[in-house]
Amino acid sequence: GAMECAVDAQSLISMSLMKIHSSRTQRGGIKLHKNLLVSYVLRNARQLYIKEKYAEIYRMQQYEEVMAVCSGIQELDPLEPLEPQGAEDAEPEQPYYRSCCMEDQFSQNCNKTTVLDLDTHVVTTVENGFLHQDCCCAAAPQCAPGAAARKRKVDSAACSPDAEEPSDYTAGRKRLKREECSGADCSPDASNISNLISIFGSGFSGLLSRQADLEQVCSKQALASLGAWTRAIVAF
Amino acid sequence: MAGVAGGNDFQWCFSQVKGAIDEDVAEADIISTVEFNYSGDLLATGDKGGRVVIFQHEQESKNRPHLRGEYNVYSTFQSHEPEFDYLKSLEIEEKINKIRWLPQQNAAHFLLSTNDKTIKLWKISERDKRAEGYNLKDEDGRLRDPFRITSLRVPVLMPMDLMVEASPRRIFANAHTYHINSISVNSDHETYLSADDLRINLWHLEITDRSFNIVDIKPANMEELTEVITAAECHPHQCNVFVYSSSKGTIRLCDMRAAALCDRHSKFFEEPEDPSSRSFFSEIISSISDVKFSHSGRYMMTRDYLSVKVWDLNMENRPVETYQVHEYLRSKLCSLYENDCIFDKFECCWNGSDSAIMSGSYNNFFRMFDRNTRRDITLEASRESSKPRATLKPRKVSTGGKRKKDEISVDSLDFNKKILHTAWHPKDNVIAVAATNNLYIFQDKIN
Repeated sequence: GAMECAVDAQSLISMSLMKIHSSRTQRGGIKLHKNLLVSYVLRNARQLYIKEKYAEIYRMQQYEEVMAVCSGIQELDPLEPLEPQGAEDAEPEQPYYRSCCMEDQFSQNCNKTTVLDLDTHVVTTVENGFLHQDCCCAAAPQCAPGAAARKRKVDSAACSPDAEEPSDYTAGRKRLKREECSGADCSPDASNISNLISIFGSGFSGLLSRQADLEQVCSKQALASLGAWTRAIVAF
Repeated sequence: MAGVAGGNDFQWCFSQVKGAIDEDVAEADIISTVEFNYSGDLLATGDKGGRVVIFQHEQESKNRPHLRGEYNVYSTFQSHEPEFDYLKSLEIEEKINKIRWLPQQNAAHFLLSTNDKTIKLWKISERDKRAEGYNLKDEDGRLRDPFRITSLRVPVLMPMDLMVEASPRRIFANAHTYHINSISVNSDHETYLSADDLRINLWHLEITDRSFNIVDIKPANMEELTEVITAAECHPHQCNVFVYSSSKGTIRLCDMRAAALCDRHSKFFEEPEDPSSRSFFSEIISSISDVKFSHSGRYMMTRDYLSVKVWDLNMENRPVETYQVHEYLRSKLCSLYENDCIFDKFECCWNGSDSAIMSGSYNNFFRMFDRNTRRDITLEASRESSKPRATLKPRKVSTGGKRKKDEISVDSLDFNKKILHTAWHPKDNVIAVAATNNLYIFQDKIN
């Protein structure tokens, strides 16, 4: 009914920007008080949006590393060929990735290929088809039933006495990645993530104080659209 | 003096309603401020069209002394006109933001009225005599031919029908860059303050070409702006003390003896935020829309979007009383943000003895809280319950799942019918409630 409203960050951001824009043509001039309050909502919504986007990037990053480790393990053991198994075995560890890769109807549309270079930590994505926003394909090395099979391989490996090794290895690689990315020679994407970590660690404060920082470090891949939004808030 | 309805000895009943019945409300007729004068004899309203209407209390009729007299129109005048600031290409609204009466010192009445930029002092005086028998002009005002005048006479004062005249005596202009939200007459009856979003000025009532800036919170860089002034009021007895509230939910008390510029407060009132209730809209709903000292001067009351708080001036870290006006709206804040209702600025007022407080809500509901008994009541200003001396029925908003009979659900509330402005007679149990373009007057009925 009339009282329903979507309380998600994105709609609040656009609603707030509309209010700021329409206030400029209101009779009596810009109401400073109202615009200040609207900018607080904008800041709150943007903070949440950035956190959610960051969490998404982080999850994708985790998945990439897991998949990279898996492919590394596969290469070491050529005696175990991949064999696609029944769909009923396809229980993903992380539910986030279930959305399209695990479902046959989408797999033929997913033509993104993302490659993680383990030496340089550079992530490159080749877009050659249908894009799903929440698609795990954006992070997966290869979007095919094969990917599902590889994932299941991890699961079965995890049940073995050697289960600890892969996860430790993954964690170790993650830590290594963070430490390496403090210098200027890091790839833009990886260093952006670590900078975001440092920002979140210190917390957000002030109305626009972090705006400049964010515009510098935000990864274009995930946060480019926000740049336009922040520029829209000009002091009145 | 009893405060709130309930119990055998006290009930609110309808007295009068002023304004058009028409469903189609003209924007200019929307009442924007309501204020009783010091005696309660006069009741002034200002509207969005820049008009001021003053009602006067008629004497009780001798036939029915147990009924209070009615308020009838005493004077109507155009206080402010729309203006255009050519330098900034901005239109200045004629809407009357506030009216404040001056204490009566002679036969005439004086009030201050303000729009966003200009404050005016109006003199309202009665004329019931007219001079007749002038030498140089005849009765309809035309000049007489000097050659025709052959004799000299003394003009005589003759009675005439009562005429109430309003004339602007002072115009206090060009002192505010931002929108004026408050004016307050000082207890010295010589000065008054005016507040806009970022500054507060002190004026002398006789001097219009200059004012003293006593508070300035404008940052050097406007991008660093984090709060604005939302209301200000002079202390009722101490002419050196005033308070101002902010959009961050804080109140600062300042002493004008301490320094010429009162940027540093003497007292700082703030209640720590409850972290569990944090939402996107926390800043908006904590913004204070009104601040009023109690008549005693010992307490002050603040109104934010969902509640009214009473503060003891001697305790800065939290209010002594908190009253929920419409807590059921907390889960609807997103919709209220979407339709802009969350920016509505509700006022609040004390009764004459400071034992009760009142503030408005939506659906033409208004709420009263008795500070002693802790009872509260919700009443409605509606044409349906507008029979003369009809007792007002308490209303209830159902918040749970099951709606009882006579209750109204939150989703059925009409958010276009908002009671932002209410006033309580300084001595009696008479209240004036502004419902869009109608003014309702309610009074007590003592059985």
